[in-house]
Amino acid sequence: MEPFTTLTGIAAPLLRANIDTDLIIPKQFLKTLVRSGLGQHLFHEVRYDSEGRERPDFILNQAPYRGASILLAGPNFGCGSSREHAPWALKDFGIRAILAPSFADIFYTNCFSNGLLPVALPMAAIETLATVEGPLTVDLLVQRVRGGDHSFAFDLEPTRKAVLLEGLDEIRRTEANLADIAAYETRRRKEAPWVEIRVH
Amino acid sequence: MNPRTLYDKIWDEHLVATRTDGTSLIYIDRHLVHEVTSPQAFEGLREAGRPLRRPNTILSVADHNVPTIDREKGIDDETCRLQVEALEANVKAYGVPYLPLLDDRQGIVHVVGPEQGFTLPGTTIVCGDSHTCTHGAFGALAFGIGTSEVEHVMATQTLPQRKSRNLRVRFEGRLPRGLGAKDLALALIGHIGTAGGTGHVMEFTGPAVRALSMEGRMTLCNMSIEGGARSGLVAPDETTFTYLHGRPLAPEKAMWEAALAHWRTLASDENAAFDTEITLEVGSLAPQVTWGTSPQWVTDIAGRVPDPETAASTDDRQSMLRALEYMDLRPGTPIEAIELQAVFIGSCTNGRIEDLREAAAVARGRKVAQGVRALVVAGSGLVKRQAEAEGLDRIFLEAGFEWRQPGCSMCLGMNDDRLAEGVRCASTSNRNFEGRQGRGSRTHLVSPGMAAAAAVTGHFTDVRRLMEA
Repeated sequence: MEPFTTLTGIAAPLLRANIDTDLIIPKQFLKTLVRSGLGQHLFHEVRYDSEGRERPDFILNQAPYRGASILLAGPNFGCGSSREHAPWALKDFGIRAILAPSFADIFYTNCFSNGLLPVALPMAAIETLATVEGPLTVDLLVQRVRGGDHSFAFDLEPTRKAVLLEGLDEIRRTEANLADIAAYETRRRKEAPWVEIRVH
Repeated sequence: MNPRTLYDKIWDEHLVATRTDGTSLIYIDRHLVHEVTSPQAFEGLREAGRPLRRPNTILSVADHNVPTIDREKGIDDETCRLQVEALEANVKAYGVPYLPLLDDRQGIVHVVGPEQGFTLPGTTIVCGDSHTCTHGAFGALAFGIGTSEVEHVMATQTLPQRKSRNLRVRFEGRLPRGLGAKDLALALIGHIGTAGGTGHVMEFTGPAVRALSMEGRMTLCNMSIEGGARSGLVAPDETTFTYLHGRPLAPEKAMWEAALAHWRTLASDENAAFDTEITLEVGSLAPQVTWGTSPQWVTDIAGRVPDPETAASTDDRQSMLRALEYMDLRPGTPIEAIELQAVFIGSCTNGRIEDLREAAAVARGRKVAQGVRALVVAGSGLVKRQAEAEGLDRIFLEAGFEWRQPGCSMCLGMNDDRLAEGVRCASTSNRNFEGRQGRGSRTHLVSPGMAAAAAVTGHFTDVRRLMEA
């Protein structure tokens, strides 16, 4: 996975609360067999009209936000469905960091599986950053977001940080514990044999 | 040992390793797989040349995008068909147990798992679907995951996890007649908000929960995610054991007895500490109806569409204004005055036999109101067969409902069961998000009885007025 260190880019403000994964990528685009190509459908129902034309009032249809790599949003971003198509669509569009007061649990985890950085900042900081003209910089190394004269520190669990900084493959990390897994399985078969599924 | 919650106990029992970075590797006992969130996971395994560690711990079935009509003729929509075919090819290649589309046992993963006895107390269960929390009704730690995690579980039978906080919800009192688990869930979400349970596992307790059937408990746990919690739990009891006994994949004979002895220990200890406690008195609850585009925007049948001017903050007011505009509702409108053009009864929330019985009891001898299209979609082939054995299909058909084949259907409209723009629907599903049931469609979440009452009157009606004395 592509490592994430520092990102400087345009930040698109979409300051609604509870932006759900149905809004991020609606169901008709979940029929894909691959991870790529979803960027054109990101926020489809609010980005295009029923004829498929761009809605000029939607932020990502406006310059310079068409090229945004950062999203500013309201609380509880990514609530609803577990669809990883949501971070896939964001990433395919070019978004690498989402700044919001809070995130839904499943979406939050899905971001790290895809090299996306979800940054939790208070709403006041998000609103301040939304007023900055020009690009913002998200510096993962020092855990800071800068823009104009403003600078905000953010918290991030060290493991999550390492996964992004080094672009780690989680499955490979877990494979370091294969002996533990095998030992657990042996123990479990003895202690809770009813969990074993009969061949069906 | 310190007193532990039910969640603590299941967590401890599944801890494979604590890593130096403080994260935990948790063993996954059961994995449900469907057509929409699995193709990229299988592809990932293939690309990396990794084997699937324990195919037999998986149960797979197509449910999200399958047609609910004329299924025998195949799937018309090419993209849907390709996805189902991809699932069939993948499960064959990796030796994963699969319930075919025309098998009676096919249905929504979260209906099928419990029905087959695949869902057991004290196990860990995952699925690439947020409503996996449904299985918590059995005292299983069950949660939705992304596709990368699906691949992770296939490869390693584990997941790296951070422990959630413990939240206890007590439903005190006895639910009035005509109300059920859906009303409990909606009332709770209205109370705590859609992010109220974020970072927590919810345990549902109290007399109103103990009185629920397994179907009711599944409805309640199913909605945990709409309150922000990845998992909901109900401690198993005799109701649970009676439901499970004799199910195809449940343990038998001596193994059943051994399991039972363990399952009886699966309850939060008396003095276990919860990070958050919520108590709701439900003795005077009235049937719940959502009016907005988030499950937290809910009131009862006697209520009115609220006025955004009364919102607590500017942000809330903006959100409410937007929701009311989308829903085409005016503040102060009585809920009972809201007219419907569609009714959907089904989904992993309310597509089980008890839900269909509840709706049929209201539909019996009545007719779907003029201008309303009403759909009943059983949660599984077995639910459908049972309903037909009880004559429920006749009741629905005679009343003018459509009687469909099992699947997720109009809960999310991945197949053809979608609403047209502007259509207002009383739905027994779990999400009323913008566009959820079709672009521009308007969803109101209710119980099966309330949905049936709306179908036969054409507007929201207190189901208790239609119930036989």
